[in-house]
Amino acid sequence: MDPFAPDNLIESQHMPSVIPADSVGLVTPQTLHFDTPLALACGRVLERYDLVIETYGTLNADASNAVLICHALSGHHHAAGYHSMEDRKPGWWDSAIGPGKPIDTNHFFVIALNNLGGCHGSTGPTSINPETGKPYGPDFPIVTVKDWVNSQVRLADRFGIQQWAAIVGGSLGGMQALQWSIDYPERLRDCLVIASAPKLSAQNIAFNEVARQAISKDPQFHQGHYYEQQVVPKTGLALARMVGHITYLSEDGMREKFGREMRSGKLSFDFNPQFEVESYLQYQGERFSTAFDANTYLLMTKALDYFDPAADYDHDLVAALSHAQCRFLVVAFTTDWRFSPERSREIVDALVAAGKQVSYAEIDSAHGHDAFLIPSPRYMELFAAYMNRVALGINTEPQQKENADAR
Amino acid sequence: MRADLEIIQQWIEPNTRVLDLACGDGELLAHLSSRKGVQGYGLEIDHDNITACIENGVNVVEQDIDNGLASIRNASFDTVVMTQALQTMHRPDQIVDEMLRIGKECIVTFPNFAHWRARFYLAFKGRMPVSKFLPYTWYNTPNIHFCTFDDFEKLCVERNIQILDRTVVDHTLRDRWWIRLWPNMLGEIAIYRITR
Repeated sequence: MDPFAPDNLIESQHMPSVIPADSVGLVTPQTLHFDTPLALACGRVLERYDLVIETYGTLNADASNAVLICHALSGHHHAAGYHSMEDRKPGWWDSAIGPGKPIDTNHFFVIALNNLGGCHGSTGPTSINPETGKPYGPDFPIVTVKDWVNSQVRLADRFGIQQWAAIVGGSLGGMQALQWSIDYPERLRDCLVIASAPKLSAQNIAFNEVARQAISKDPQFHQGHYYEQQVVPKTGLALARMVGHITYLSEDGMREKFGREMRSGKLSFDFNPQFEVESYLQYQGERFSTAFDANTYLLMTKALDYFDPAADYDHDLVAALSHAQCRFLVVAFTTDWRFSPERSREIVDALVAAGKQVSYAEIDSAHGHDAFLIPSPRYMELFAAYMNRVALGINTEPQQKENADAR
Repeated sequence: MRADLEIIQQWIEPNTRVLDLACGDGELLAHLSSRKGVQGYGLEIDHDNITACIENGVNVVEQDIDNGLASIRNASFDTVVMTQALQTMHRPDQIVDEMLRIGKECIVTFPNFAHWRARFYLAFKGRMPVSKFLPYTWYNTPNIHFCTFDDFEKLCVERNIQILDRTVVDHTLRDRWWIRLWPNMLGEIAIYRITR
């Protein structure tokens, strides 16, 4: 689900003194400015905005090798590589992006962005509202997955990318990939929807609402105007993160990792954290509450709740997906109960009924929803096999011609 | 191509929709897609086969057929194929019913337990037949519901299933003239095309 979780689940990663051969290496984000007004689903218009991105690999002559990475709830543009030699860990999907990795930067040109409403550099609640000269805060418009896709279309235009080789996303990122296939069918050849769902269930929305309540009831929240007060609703954001985090892990995974282990070895008969799982969650919440923006968290959970591409088609997912022209890979993980395999199957069944090209795999994993960020052998093998097929669609001829001309 | 698949592909019309149950590495579907413009999907549970399908550009959906096919709509395929898997199903009769619900026509292949070699093995050795083609012992075999050609045809009569075509082949999956003399004794594998 997010870039903050996996380092607890896989062996801790430290920036090695030498950059690994399969890393994209040192990367620098860039900020792109857009001046054409963007009409949003909520009825408001963003007159101008910034998108912060990272790119890996090289765009080929006819821009046929571009891959878009869409991030999940708390993700951002730093998907692979390192920002400096001092970085403690690489980008959030470094396991999947790099030379020789499933999204092989020897073949593909990869763009990862921070979505609108984010808190990592793209225009969002923490940005200055040009009309007031103050941060948007809670006045930043509620953006939807459709809005994100529209902003990503402009990103593609900026690079001269007429058609993405593939759009790839996990969780909320998978929803963006799916929305692309419906709204801009001619602009992608392959769509990879990982650990995702065609819409949220009542239970999903319920968990999001607990998170939102935790934030908005924090006395430091000040109706979202906490920047002016020089405070952050840390307690609320930490609580939101804790409840979210529980939904990213599986029961088996938690039992395996924590069991009923206690820090001191015996009951202390007070209300301080004693079980390992308690201190783990507190640590996660604490860390997140200083690294993420509460208004952005509220926005992102709303974008999740509102996602429902079938709603535009009389709630018929088959009708919605009948517009798609790309091929699909849908992947789910056995212990993911946030977006369970059954939810992925809804997408697959609709695609089969609509006569679209689709493959589906259900990967065995104990890591729950977080499994999509954790490289397990079968997952990576399948991912790579699919991306190798995607690479067959790259037009290599113009480049060869250019080389010939250069000679 | 595997000889039985060669026979099956002749029974499939160009530009139709085909579902292949237990599709293996997707050989049949890859052939049908490239040669006949068929829109095909395979169901498979073996991980290596699923990866192989993806490498071959074949649509494959990870699904255990024994858990049913309820997610697939009625008459949504022109042909539903199942090769060499009927005898591994928990309820072969129910899966045949499901195939006929989803597909306008179905093609099934299965080994004949009444082949003379199997009869000979059981009659004289008094043990469950083990052969090069069916190399398992009784306790580890995936083949849990063996039947004979005559058994299958009796099921078809009982369930009102119409047999459109039948080809009986030997263990090399080839059609031989002499098998037709006494298929239930001499044939090793049958390929049936059925409808309801």
